[in-house]
Amino acid sequence: MRNTTESMLDPGAAAYRCVLPAGEPWIREIRQDDVLRIVDLEGNQTADALFYNSHDYRDSYSAQDTIRAQRNIYPTTGTRLMSAENHVLLTVVADTCGQHDTLGGACATESNMVRYALDKRHMHACRQNFLKALMDWGHGMSKRDIASNISFFRNVAVTPEGGFSLEEAIYAPGKYVELRAEMDLLVLISNCPQLNNSCNEHNPTPIEILIWNGRSN
Amino acid sequence: MRSVLWEETIEPGSTWSHVLKRGTSLRMTDMQGGANVGALFYNFECPAERYNMSDTLKAQHLAYLKKGVVLYSDMGRILCSIIDDSVGWHDALGGCNDAALVREKYGETRYQESRNQCFKNAKDGFLVELAKWGLGPRDLTANVNFFSRVTVSEEGCMMFHPGNSMPRSSVELRAEMNVLTILNTCQHPLDPNPRYDPKGVRISIRKATPPGAEDPCRLGHPENVRGFTLTDRYFL
Repeated sequence: MRNTTESMLDPGAAAYRCVLPAGEPWIREIRQDDVLRIVDLEGNQTADALFYNSHDYRDSYSAQDTIRAQRNIYPTTGTRLMSAENHVLLTVVADTCGQHDTLGGACATESNMVRYALDKRHMHACRQNFLKALMDWGHGMSKRDIASNISFFRNVAVTPEGGFSLEEAIYAPGKYVELRAEMDLLVLISNCPQLNNSCNEHNPTPIEILIWNGRSN
Repeated sequence: MRSVLWEETIEPGSTWSHVLKRGTSLRMTDMQGGANVGALFYNFECPAERYNMSDTLKAQHLAYLKKGVVLYSDMGRILCSIIDDSVGWHDALGGCNDAALVREKYGETRYQESRNQCFKNAKDGFLVELAKWGLGPRDLTANVNFFSRVTVSEEGCMMFHPGNSMPRSSVELRAEMNVLTILNTCQHPLDPNPRYDPKGVRISIRKATPPGAEDPCRLGHPENVRGFTLTDRYFL
């Protein structure tokens, strides 16, 4: 049984709201103490995210440092997302799912060729989104800045015997995860366009992104 | 025995790098038992292409590494293949220790008093070695930990298993590209041993037999057949 927690925040009081269609990137800076909510509007969607310290983009989200710090691979309420320089980037403050994914990373045209068939190269993928958004953002950011991301709403299973699988999506419409920024951050999200597996039920759908301003604004 | 080009020892707590050429292999031997070798891999010709933990795990439906498993880059190509392995489980999840963790676990040392016995950490070792190749913090990605075993419970809890690697255990990687390989022999970050006690490893670089049509790493998963095809195409 997965533990879930609700948020007390009123969406009507959010400083920012945006519906992000499937297959689109989103990039924006948020401030320390801002609260970021990602809503899986229609259910069974995956939102891939990367986070960068606004004051030093080299200091970015690290999957291995995050899971090592919690001694657990599944983020949920209370999990601290860590940077490569051991800073707490964000804390999960509400989560109506109870489990997300730190290991599966993002789909890419190249990995789709490996995983499914060589003729899948033309299909849209999260890493295309990451690259486009980082180039548009500028500041010299490039492919080097794309490390293994966190995947909200994705259902991954690791067994004690070491098996690794992307399981069927299980989340109902309207589930959300909410994170408090522990420092000023650049947030990069790809609303996953994957059509080759069941992580989106072969039907990528929109997500909503909300931001509440924190104390420091 | 395939011809050994050279052998050397990587001392405990130290960092080593080399461009492992396509057609050669790197054999690592844990002489004492209980070693941990953190490893990072890059396409030497274009280091923006590098080992990708997620793509490696997804392609082979495994959360660890063993004989027959290959290490994928983020470009769908195979950097290297595990062609021999007497350990059976190498960690892909745990990452590396850093200065704060080493200080907290083992205490403070300085070069002034301890000379080359002063405590090292893997993250700084990796970063300094990356800098020698013109790379930096943006290039520090998820690493592998050879000889170490970390399992994950149903609830997601990570557990380190001491004693995973017996004395004289070995693992051999065949380079499928020209691979900038960075190795570090600091302890695993989840190693519960309260003492600073990293182990050195003996390594040898050898000529490798190219992976033929029946190569077990190639045939291990249908994904790997495609991964080898993409890797072979890169060199055409």
